[in-house]
Amino acid sequence: MSEIMLSVDSLTVKYGEMTAVDNVSMIIHKGEMVSVLGPNSSGKTTLMNTIAGLNSPCGGEISLEGRSLNGLSSDKIVELGVSLVPQGGRCFSRMSVFDNLMVGSYSKRSRRSAKSSLDRVYELFPVLYEKRSQPAGSLSGGQRQMVAIGRALMSCPRLLLFDELSLGLAPVVIKDIYSAIKHISREEDTAIVMVEQDTKRAMKMTDRTYIMLKGNVVLEGRPAELSDDAVKKAYFGS
Amino acid sequence: MYILQVIINGILLGSIYAMLGLGMSLILGIVKLTNLSHGEFVILGSYCSVLFSARLGIDPFISLLITVPVMFVCGYVLQRVLINHAMSRGAEPALLVTFGLSIILKDGMLLLFSSDARHVSAGYSNRVIKIFGLDISLLNILLMLLSVLSILLLMLFLNHTYMGRAIRAAADDVEAARLSGINIGRTFSVAMGLSAATAAIAGFCVSMKWTFYPSSGGRYLLIAFVIVVLGGLGDIRGTLLSGFFFGLIQVIGGANYGLLISYIFMIIVLVASPAHSAGSISEK
Repeated sequence: MSEIMLSVDSLTVKYGEMTAVDNVSMIIHKGEMVSVLGPNSSGKTTLMNTIAGLNSPCGGEISLEGRSLNGLSSDKIVELGVSLVPQGGRCFSRMSVFDNLMVGSYSKRSRRSAKSSLDRVYELFPVLYEKRSQPAGSLSGGQRQMVAIGRALMSCPRLLLFDELSLGLAPVVIKDIYSAIKHISREEDTAIVMVEQDTKRAMKMTDRTYIMLKGNVVLEGRPAELSDDAVKKAYFGS
Repeated sequence: MYILQVIINGILLGSIYAMLGLGMSLILGIVKLTNLSHGEFVILGSYCSVLFSARLGIDPFISLLITVPVMFVCGYVLQRVLINHAMSRGAEPALLVTFGLSIILKDGMLLLFSSDARHVSAGYSNRVIKIFGLDISLLNILLMLLSVLSILLLMLFLNHTYMGRAIRAAADDVEAARLSGINIGRTFSVAMGLSAATAAIAGFCVSMKWTFYPSSGGRYLLIAFVIVVLGGLGDIRGTLLSGFFFGLIQVIGGANYGLLISYIFMIIVLVASPAHSAGSISEK
């Protein structure tokens, strides 16, 4: 197996009294595509937010290529090459598409290559070039999601986290976005973690799968090696 | 002819009011903080222009080259070492900190500069020029040019630099801005620096135009507040327009009714369209 990119080691995250992520361990290899599945409130989003530095863990360790990310702020983590596309994209609706993308290359490491990154994003999503001077808020849901993906790409990430990309999008749009992500994974040698509810599609696309339930990882493996029954069982916790 | 004269004077004066509201509007729109010490920032700017122009014997306008950077640094440091920490404990502590700051600044200025009325004048302060038969004060024109130039520079900065975009992004969605690699503490500090710098320019205008005391800050805070509410919080274009509107009302209503009329307008806006004050940092 190739080198380890990100390792999450017995991570626990709490909101006050409530434990959202309970003793979770996870490994992402370089260039790998991993899906994290599970029903609502199983801790997937909290896990992603914690890796991206929005929450601080109350136990365990997250490290990127052997370097601990614990206690680092989000901007430092982006600087190290980890980018999260949050749920719903959250693009800056009052700013133009171009400005949204440029915000993505704010980190010092990515500023030098901002121009070439911008060209690459426009190549990946030509519609963003057409709408570059429109406020992002005026775009359709799928296009806003593209802006958010493009913004994350502008930071030249080596690890990209996607939180429920397909949420609320039309199936045709989801197909386009997924094929763009496959393209990113192939061309840019970026490791990708996808949090999804759409189990089938996500498992088909990714090299490995983790299934979470109530803050725990209940099943992991290569999608081909996981039987439907095992997945169902893990999903519903029976 | 008289009406034209009034309108022109109102607009010239309005640019000063726009400057007063701008700094407050920036902080409300970006940092989401009501800076109760904004009036004192303005008066601090006024004292700086007295100090630098009188002590160094330079033209008041040139003294801005010192005042503006000094006030920017003050605002930046204040946010960095004090207000950011207060904000991490919630909105109310931060509000109280700015209230405390306003008292400290007011009493500090009283201690340093005494309670005497001050004013800055230059050789051209009372010169009047005739344009198309209208008498227009040269000083008003200069102050208007200064305000317009500063606002243009600010907009250029916000629209075309990495830091400017980061500031607008943070105003829009703090968490998404963090995820884009933006250091929010630093961004807020730069925003406060900019706000203090615009307060310095507004304070300079005040010192050239009117007399002021260490305790004048409250009055200007109130005016800034009215302008911000009329223009929509955090909306730069709205702030400009409402500044001009405010200026017009001051000229029409005169010393007796000017403020009263503008407060009535503020109440009407608040009652009729509260959503209006949710506002935005405008795009261009």
